[in-house]
Amino acid sequence: MADRPEGSAAQGDNRPKLSLHVPEPKFRPGDTVDFSHIEVPAAGSAPRPDEACDPAEMRDLAFGLVRVLGDDDKAHGPWDPKLDPDTLRKMLGHMAMTRAFDERMFRGQRQGKTSFYMKCTGEEATSVSASMALAGDDMVFPSYRQQGILIQRGYPLIEMINQIYSNKGDKLKGRQLPIMYSSREHSFFTISGNLATQTPQAVGWAMASAMKGDSRIAATWVGEGSTAEGDFHSACTFATVYNAPVILNVINNQWAISSFSGFAGAERTTFAARALGYGLAGLRVDGNDALACYAAERWAANRARANAGPTLIEFFTYRAEGHSTSDDPSGYRSAQERSEWPLGDPVMRLKNHLIAIGEWDEERQEKMDLEAAEHVKKVTKEAEANGILGHGLHHPFRTMFEDVFEELPWHLREQADQAVHERETKFPEGLPEA
Amino acid sequence: MSETETKELPAAEQQDERRLNMIEAINDALDVSMGRDDDVVVMGEDVGYFGGVFRCTAGLQEKYGKTRVFDTPINECGIIAVAVGMGAYGLRPVPEIQFADYIYPGLDQLISEAARLRYRSAGEYIAPLTVRSPFGGGIFGGQTHSQSPEAIFTHVSGLKTVIPATPYDAKGLLISCIEDNDPVIFFEPKRIYNGPFSGYYDKPVQPWKKFDASVVPEGYYKIPLGKARQVTEGEQLTILAYGTMVHVVEAVCREKGVEADILDLRTLVPLDIETIEASVERTGRCLIVHEATRTSGFGAELSALVTERCFYHLEAPVERVTGFDTPYPHSLEWAYFPGPIRIGEAIDKILKD
Repeated sequence: MADRPEGSAAQGDNRPKLSLHVPEPKFRPGDTVDFSHIEVPAAGSAPRPDEACDPAEMRDLAFGLVRVLGDDDKAHGPWDPKLDPDTLRKMLGHMAMTRAFDERMFRGQRQGKTSFYMKCTGEEATSVSASMALAGDDMVFPSYRQQGILIQRGYPLIEMINQIYSNKGDKLKGRQLPIMYSSREHSFFTISGNLATQTPQAVGWAMASAMKGDSRIAATWVGEGSTAEGDFHSACTFATVYNAPVILNVINNQWAISSFSGFAGAERTTFAARALGYGLAGLRVDGNDALACYAAERWAANRARANAGPTLIEFFTYRAEGHSTSDDPSGYRSAQERSEWPLGDPVMRLKNHLIAIGEWDEERQEKMDLEAAEHVKKVTKEAEANGILGHGLHHPFRTMFEDVFEELPWHLREQADQAVHERETKFPEGLPEA
Repeated sequence: MSETETKELPAAEQQDERRLNMIEAINDALDVSMGRDDDVVVMGEDVGYFGGVFRCTAGLQEKYGKTRVFDTPINECGIIAVAVGMGAYGLRPVPEIQFADYIYPGLDQLISEAARLRYRSAGEYIAPLTVRSPFGGGIFGGQTHSQSPEAIFTHVSGLKTVIPATPYDAKGLLISCIEDNDPVIFFEPKRIYNGPFSGYYDKPVQPWKKFDASVVPEGYYKIPLGKARQVTEGEQLTILAYGTMVHVVEAVCREKGVEADILDLRTLVPLDIETIEASVERTGRCLIVHEATRTSGFGAELSALVTERCFYHLEAPVERVTGFDTPYPHSLEWAYFPGPIRIGEAIDKILKD
């Protein structure tokens, strides 16, 4: 080779030979779990910079962990949002309701009342608490695991269940897979099955709000696995270029179905650290600490509202249950992980905090949990009166063709007639009574 | 051509004789739309200060300001996605993709999001965006500046696809697209930005101003989507075409002395099936011409529709003249392009049958 000094080794003659690194999670089924490698800084130890600060000043926060609730169940440090006990109880109530809802709907799927469900167990704080830090008309662009936002915003449970059952009460007319909710009234964007697409859309919404001189901001949620999608890069780039009033919430629950976070890059860096390369403000937060979740989201919301720019928040948490009703996590991870998770359970931690400050007790907690379960059960019964999946109580066939376009073009009109004709052929005596 | 182009334009003829090429007509449509509606915003690579690599957005940023006409990062996924978000907010974005060949990074956002938003949210959210993009070949653009990917979009339920063939149509159709509440792909045949193209690449191109279709009225007018344009009337056969190929088939017919019912489809989805059916039922013969590759191209859909709906009127098999099933070549452009010889032979075959 001409570019090689005489006598030196040939370029490319490296030893050892190249080898491909394929990430492997620390624990597989049957393994004893030891999470001691996860660094858990003391609650209250992270500084709270000014909301309008330069992202460059926040470097350490992108690698640290903002925590408020300590081992003593008390709130510590500059990130303590100092919420009054009523607000804290409300937060706990929304989280308990979210958990009760998940339990019931999971069971409903197992009973064959619907085709599919996804729980958010262990991640309730990342939606409920974060959502409480926003204004009710701030636009949220969630993924499929933020049902806590709808519950926090007061979306009627019966609407959620109608959607899950695809029944005649379903506002989305049975078109969408269960849990792909939409509520314009609650500033909750229509959920898509395609991962991360909502993240640059949220940026666009925020840009529009800024273009119009509005005061509303946008927030989006995405799992750590989906940050690998190109759309997430688009979102970060557009957010920073236009200084869009948006919050990019990354829920790092360690697992993307069966793939651990290493396949999204977690072996080398944090997800909050992605912010640094874009010039975004980056925060890494204990996602099981409801107060820290609230405080971080509020910080980012204030920053966005002040035209000081977008923020990327990594919520460090754990997906306590399977990915969905179609998933069995015992096939790929140790069952011990959930109990060994060093950041505990968000509901328990908030409950213990309220007890520690003398504003709550086990008796009231038990009563609240019971009431939540009873309420969900009652509403489920109401929703079931509208039908469950496959039991014939659904929207008329013709509605399948509506809303593809604003108006029905000729080819869809012809196809709608065909569908109706097929129904009439199948049921010549008229449609069966519901 | 000038004779037939005139027929279309009674309204225009009554007005002043302002003549624009297609670039100026598109610019005019954007200007008119932005002037009428504060929610119309224009965005894309190089569209702002510079005015676009084809000059379609020239002067708009100066007139309407940087928050309504702005440059974007080179990220087609992001361009479409933020437009979807802006649409959800209530704006009417008109994003530009610099070349149709580069629309693919935005496909997931177009197909999975823009096209489905109204349906999946039962009308709660809509995506009233118009994606403008120069398309088509005949300019030595090689593989990535020549493609005609319309069939990818016509296959997506929830998207409309519109392709103008004259400056007058370009303005009227674009204004309709911008005002339409559904997402529209607006493909601009860049070969005919400056003048209609006969397909005889060795002859000089005449500028638009020599043709009546370049008479573009000032101000606001619309051409409805879903309506074809009768280019020439004839009894021998029906020719279905759009974009650049409208002019090529017209030149071929003139050259051969063939009296064809040439329909410029203008809108591929929703398609003007009534006009097509009426024409084929009258002529009994149908030729479909497009620049895009053959297999699963939009011509296949047209051919199937004509066969299904006009079968007993057909006196010859429906023919398709298209680009070949290869990537668009650079040096062999004119061997690839569906030019006068390919079209002429297909016409001969249809008329002989």
